[in-house]
Amino acid sequence: MTDEPLRPALTGRRRRGALVLVGVALSLLLGGCQVPDFFGFRGATKQGHDEFLLYVGTFIAALVVGGFVGLLILFAVVRYRRRNEEMPKQFQYHIALELTYTVVPIIIVLILFGFTVITENRVDAVTPKPNLTVDVYAFQWGWEFDYPNHVVVRAETTTDPDPVGPEGLSGPQCSPAAWCLGPGLILPSGETTQINLRSRDVVHGFFVPEFNFSRYAQPGVLNQFDFTVIKPGVFRAQCTQFCGLYHSLMLFHVVAMPPTQFQTWLTAQEPTTSLNTKAAP
Amino acid sequence: MRIEALFLIGVAAFFGLVGLIYWFWGYEQSGTAMLLGTTLLGLLPGTYYFWWSRRMKPRPEDRSDASIEDGAGVIGSFPDSSVWPFVLGMGLFLVVLSIVFGLWLLAPGFALVISAAVGVTVESRRGGTV
Amino acid sequence: MTTLVERPVVHAEHPEHHEGPTGLLKWMTSTDHKVIGMNYIVTSLVMFFFAGIMALVIRTQLTVPSGAVVSNQQFNELFTMHGSLMLYLFAGPFAFGGLANYIVPLQVGAPDMAFPRLNALSYWLYLSGSITMMLGFMVAGGAAAFGWVAYAPLSEATFSPGSGPDLWILALALTGFSAIFTGVNLVTTIFYLRAPGMTMFRMPIFTWNMLVTAILILIAFPVLTAAVVMLFCDRHFGTHIYTVQGGGVPVLYQNLFWFFGHPEVYILALPYFGIATEVIPVFSRKPLFGYKGMAFATMSIAALSTGVWAHHMFTTGTVLLPFFSLLSLLIAVPTGIKFFNWIGTMWRGSIVFGTPMLFSIGFLFAFLMGGLTGVMLASPPIDFVTHDTYFVVAHFHQVLFGSAVFAGFSGLYFWYPKFFGRMYNETLGKLHFWFLFIGFWVTFMPQYELGLKGMPRRVATYPAGLGWQNLNIVSTVGAFIIGFSFVFFLVNLWVSWRKPVPAGDNPWDAHALEWFATSPPVHHNFTKLPPVRSERPVWDFHHPDARTIEHGHNGHGQLVGTGAGPRQD
Repeated sequence: MTDEPLRPALTGRRRRGALVLVGVALSLLLGGCQVPDFFGFRGATKQGHDEFLLYVGTFIAALVVGGFVGLLILFAVVRYRRRNEEMPKQFQYHIALELTYTVVPIIIVLILFGFTVITENRVDAVTPKPNLTVDVYAFQWGWEFDYPNHVVVRAETTTDPDPVGPEGLSGPQCSPAAWCLGPGLILPSGETTQINLRSRDVVHGFFVPEFNFSRYAQPGVLNQFDFTVIKPGVFRAQCTQFCGLYHSLMLFHVVAMPPTQFQTWLTAQEPTTSLNTKAAP
Repeated sequence: MRIEALFLIGVAAFFGLVGLIYWFWGYEQSGTAMLLGTTLLGLLPGTYYFWWSRRMKPRPEDRSDASIEDGAGVIGSFPDSSVWPFVLGMGLFLVVLSIVFGLWLLAPGFALVISAAVGVTVESRRGGTV
Repeated sequence: MTTLVERPVVHAEHPEHHEGPTGLLKWMTSTDHKVIGMNYIVTSLVMFFFAGIMALVIRTQLTVPSGAVVSNQQFNELFTMHGSLMLYLFAGPFAFGGLANYIVPLQVGAPDMAFPRLNALSYWLYLSGSITMMLGFMVAGGAAAFGWVAYAPLSEATFSPGSGPDLWILALALTGFSAIFTGVNLVTTIFYLRAPGMTMFRMPIFTWNMLVTAILILIAFPVLTAAVVMLFCDRHFGTHIYTVQGGGVPVLYQNLFWFFGHPEVYILALPYFGIATEVIPVFSRKPLFGYKGMAFATMSIAALSTGVWAHHMFTTGTVLLPFFSLLSLLIAVPTGIKFFNWIGTMWRGSIVFGTPMLFSIGFLFAFLMGGLTGVMLASPPIDFVTHDTYFVVAHFHQVLFGSAVFAGFSGLYFWYPKFFGRMYNETLGKLHFWFLFIGFWVTFMPQYELGLKGMPRRVATYPAGLGWQNLNIVSTVGAFIIGFSFVFFLVNLWVSWRKPVPAGDNPWDAHALEWFATSPPVHHNFTKLPPVRSERPVWDFHHPDARTIEHGHNGHGQLVGTGAGPRQD
């Protein structure tokens, strides 16, 4: 075969390539906070940051596996293109090789599964004693946020397509404007907030991209989850599950402010009785 | 026949196992019901084939050393053409459309379905197209 | 007349003479699997072009923020019908209705499908289902606008009134039965009509994949039919199966739908894996590497795929996360086996880059990318980040477009000489591939980033100032490149129709039995059959000196089969 002399060189180059990849991956992992974001959000909440780390780990693994397989395909395609009419060897099985590429993916997948379970348990953990509980109702087409002292922030995004700020309630200066569409969910930063998510009609999706989190709001189901926003800020958010005609307008945003400022805001509000009683679904 | 039987029994075995794990892990009813149904889907034809595979000689297509001559003879009777599937299909089409566009469509719909049923029966009894 | 078909034992001097109706009457009355298969292929390609045009309108609307090409309602109808047409009426029927119908009986050496009349009925149900679904655009209130998944309670009469949704449900019932009948037919054909000597583990992988797909159809489609019939009862007969008000459970619909929906994804993918598995060995002039591993990988993918339905429901908060994520992740293993087997087949082969091979290689890259992002999505915390965003849109388009279009057209070009007895134009075919390949990556790679930036799927408009515009422009440009590439395909059809180039019976020096028949095959397919001693009888017949070496590649392995010719090495 003509290709024999070429092989050692290629193997060596490949091994070096793999070393470089491992090196890059290690330096990324050891770099800690300097991890590149790989197009994702770093997570503005504690939970979101955990998800971000899992995302980065998986992304790197996918990059390594994908790069390896992709280069293998490319190599085979380029190297073994037809050059003469010689009949290639008609080999078909290689049990040891086949076992290897069965077992290695299983191991990779199980490792990924381990990290998945750890992360999902941390993300889904619900504390029995949250600092604040907000009842969130999704409806066609808008959002309602009920605070403990009967303060209700409610906005129909379709009748008022551009209700900037927390619905006429004295909030902080909200900018940039594109981040502040729809009603504002005001939260204290640095504290754990529990959300009780329900839907009044069809299935909606509560999605705050920078929290790296989404959860369905469903009729007949109560979904409970915790946020611990790390720093004050404004985060845009949107309904993700298709919910009918004005799905694309079902925007809202989250405003995280320091706890003292949040308390001032909350006590300054007129307690309103919600139009829809809390007993609903 | 044996491999075909084992294939279907394999379907049953896998989904039986998954169904058990699923039920005792999550106690969720709809998924367990569907997995149970899938188990039965494999089990019913699978055991039937298995029962047969033990009572018959391997067919030429089950033997790796069979030659084409071993399978000589009539394979089966195949229609050359038949208009009745078309009639039946259009009948069912009209029946379904009647739900949206008015129940009067049921009349021609059922007329086609019944004539197709009669037609295909007569056709296969005569052994030819009508 | 009904014909008693005998096994073609010796070379018949005159092929069986067949006089049947011609023209429109032939199209209406034929029970020949080849005619029915071609009907399926043509109908599904028409659906593909309809859905493709819808996709172009959707992309145009999304090019810039606050797009105003179509209204919200029109947009919702368009993406619903785009998804429904592509999934229910193109990708599935093209493979298991069209190609399977045409190819499987030929590959197993059968004269026809086991139940030819039932086969014809399947096609008529599929055609009427397709018309029913398209009729949605003609009725007052417009077509269904609740996404191809039709989640209850949005699909209930309260939120989606009108007859468009009803037509959508009825279309699914019709095509659902069509698929079930085809499934039964395929399983019976494969179990009972194989040629002597063709044991189960000598069937070509395409046939294996169709068998597994048929079983998946039998598992999944009845559940879909039941789910949509119950939805119909909710809408019209006052039941409350999916509504909270009457004590129903909306999540039940999602469970039922995805118990169908996830196997459906593999019903759409497995046949196309089969096509790539047919094409790659032929164009590498080698047997498929790890044939048995391939068959078992197909079976395990199918088995696992039925146990992972709730990974579409991770964010509902009502499902068992570890169970579904483990099974979903495990699917990566047999998929990986397939990849390495494909690479192993090309390894040390002699690869010719005919159009079918180019499309299959395109499929490998597309599916690699789609598969990797699929593994990411199988992990619930990452799904929380990306669920219902464009990340998911990009993922499943890379998987489904990658398989249904790249591998699908690979199969179409591969079997084109068999279908018509004439060759297509190689240059036009390659131009088709390159435009499609470039357009594909340009369209879908930006969508991953859009999803990670938080752009949800199924939005008719998006606000300005979020930094989404540039990526959307790129994606739209890519979509139009994809659309343009199909001009080459249509021109190719035109050219080969006007200036036929005869192809011969076996232009590719291919492996499976269909290449032993004439091109196009005669009525009832075969006038003679070669002995079946391995999974590539036609190759063995033409190359008695180049038989498969069982193990290793150093020439010390055992020859497969008996009565082999002289060993080459």
